[in-house]
Amino acid sequence: MQYQSQAVAKPYFIAALGLFAGQILFGLIMGLQYVMGDFLFPEIPFNVARMVHTNLLIVWLLFGFMGAAYYMVPEESEREIHSPKLALALFWIFLIAGALTIVGYLAVPYATLAKITGNDLLPTMGREFLEQPTITKIGIVIVVLGFLFNITMTVLKGRKTVVSSVMLIGFWGLAIFFLFSFYNPENLVLDKYFWWWVVHLWVEGVWELILGSILAFVLIKVTGVDREVIEKWLYIIIAMTLITGIIGTGHHYYWIGAPEYWQVLGSIFSALEPIPFFMMAVFAFNMVNQRRREHPNKAATLWALGTAVMAFLGAGVWGFLHTLAPVNFYTHGSQITAAHGHMAFYGAYVMIVLCIISYSMPLMRGRAAANPPKAQVVEMWAFWVMTISMVFITLFLTGAGILQIWLQRMGDTPMSFMAGQDQIALFYWLREIAGVGFLIGLITYFISFFVGGEEQAS
Amino acid sequence: MSEMFTKSMARNMFYGGSVFFFLLFLGLTFDTMSVLPERDHRENITPEVARGKMVWEVNNCVGCHSLMGEGAYFAPELANVYNRFGNSKDAIIGFIKSRPVDGIPGRRSMPQFNLSDDDLNAVAEFLKWTSEIDDAGWPPNIQG
Ligand code: HEC
Ligand code: HEM
Ligand code: HEM
Ligand SMILES: [Fe+2]
Repeated sequence: MQYQSQAVAKPYFIAALGLFAGQILFGLIMGLQYVMGDFLFPEIPFNVARMVHTNLLIVWLLFGFMGAAYYMVPEESEREIHSPKLALALFWIFLIAGALTIVGYLAVPYATLAKITGNDLLPTMGREFLEQPTITKIGIVIVVLGFLFNITMTVLKGRKTVVSSVMLIGFWGLAIFFLFSFYNPENLVLDKYFWWWVVHLWVEGVWELILGSILAFVLIKVTGVDREVIEKWLYIIIAMTLITGIIGTGHHYYWIGAPEYWQVLGSIFSALEPIPFFMMAVFAFNMVNQRRREHPNKAATLWALGTAVMAFLGAGVWGFLHTLAPVNFYTHGSQITAAHGHMAFYGAYVMIVLCIISYSMPLMRGRAAANPPKAQVVEMWAFWVMTISMVFITLFLTGAGILQIWLQRMGDTPMSFMAGQDQIALFYWLREIAGVGFLIGLITYFISFFVGGEEQAS
Repeated sequence: MSEMFTKSMARNMFYGGSVFFFLLFLGLTFDTMSVLPERDHRENITPEVARGKMVWEVNNCVGCHSLMGEGAYFAPELANVYNRFGNSKDAIIGFIKSRPVDGIPGRRSMPQFNLSDDDLNAVAEFLKWTSEIDDAGWPPNIQG
């Protein structure tokens, strides 16, 4: 660790991992409810478990991104963080607000939560991924603005690099597009249209800038390849991201009441969206092959390569699978969507956060350059168990999706939704087993932090 | 990568490309906004429909159901439930009203929300209005 203030990243990463565990627990609860409908009913209805699962995901990824920024920006800017105290204060505000929100979901009926948090004054609740009470949303805005101030000041006062500029643009975009979560018109079509400005323009827009900058940072460190080369790649990748991804938003406008030209525009541009993900994979492998040093942190390198490959598979391949309008007509809102959502989020965003944690945690814990080899072996096992489990979750959901569409949406005598779901229960059982595999991988990952052994010299 | 393609060219491609496509996106959004009224029939958004959307939201119905294909995939699609239930608001109201508090053993269950009669009517009106949006012929059939 070159700058002392980088250490504020540590609580961010620890909180992120704790919330990750909670997310998986609720994923497994829902997975059981899919096949045992009355499991935990009415104590934890499915919708409550789902909110907890997805909101924990988003919140822990944000913790991870912010931790990444606090770790990376001092090294890029060659100076201490503008205000480490502010960073720590925002950490506690965010953690407490997040925890209270989750407790609220679990402790009282959602309608009660809406009432006691004054949803009437500015109704923003009850939309997918944006279930947080309005005051929590305002809290998120305050935390992110404080964070942006802190990081922007640090960057402005120090050395300006492409990596930190791209990251900053990504975060500013994240904050700006989140503001659309406060727009909730009476007209459902308008509501949906601009809801995607948060969701799509995040994951297929500005978040990819954050992803790209973290990946570039780690690759610079572990490969020692010339920064100029890496920065050129980064620019090209994110250029392709926004050139394809902005109009690519149209792949969500096919069937929600928007005009039909979106079927053409959305299909063409979103069909090109895999390109930046493909380039990311080529980039990562090229840089590692051209490495100028043998960095002792093998695990971080594995996560870097893994995220590039899995993001390409989950977002690129599984995204392309259902993105053309004539295909999406049948797959829209089916288990195919869930399959893609899982692998894309895992490959692109979960793995990049675990990558920067893998790179930076040993340094923040005062180890020379990497964890002891034994600990790295355990971490790499965790990598494979989690990643392979996620591949199986995706495959089983894809199987379920294909059958769901066949039974419920095709043929002359389509089955009702509920009857169709009964027919494909086997796939949901298999998904749940793969989910248990994922949990085992996650536990292994946690264990790797406590494995000792000989320290590695840098 | 080719030496001919410099970092500053890549940077210009990023800034130029994103600004251009974002402006194009704004233009398309502007056009969409101008034609939406014919497709969403907003003239039919009565106070009941608006209230129904609120009921839909504060009970987090989208946490189990999809609506126009967006939401959760645990329970039936509801954008066309009005048609599936024989164009009957009463059938929708009756269904929501009759959910057992403790669920149905072994079956995916929907909570009993204890909605007032006004809220029940509002949410049914909202689902009826939703079923009339011109959504390019989705879903493929009545089962949603
Ligand atoms: C905890 C999950 C859950 C929540 C929340 C939920 N539902 Fe349901 N809903 C279900 C399930 C499961 C079914 C299928 C029940 C069955 O067939 O036995 C269903 C069925 C329905 C149906 C009949 C659909 C059909 O085609 O048979 C309607 C209408 C409906 N729900 C409306 C609502 C409304 C309105 C809300 C919000 C106020 C809501 N639901 C919230 C789980 C949920
Ligand atoms: C890392 C990047 C990505 C992430 C995290 C991601 C995640 C998701 C999620 C969670 C959904 C479900 C949204 C909902 O609940 O309604 C979704 C939907 C969708 N995604 Fe992605 N996605 C990514 C990239 C892509 C790409 C590159 C493509 C196209 C090539 C794509 C195509 C689609 C389509 C077409 C849908 C709509 C599915 C439907 O009609 O139900 N996605 N995505
Ligand atoms: C232990 C394994 C997991 C299980 C059993 C599981 C289960 C589920 C279930 C049942 C849903 C709801 C689907 C529906 O709406 O009907 C869901 C949604 C979701 N989960 Fe998971 N999950 C797991 C792990 C993960 C992980 C690791 C991630 C992140 C990478 C993740 C991200 C998501 C997302 C983004 C959604 C929303 C999907 C959408 O709207 O299409 N889940 N999950
Ligand atoms: Fe998208």
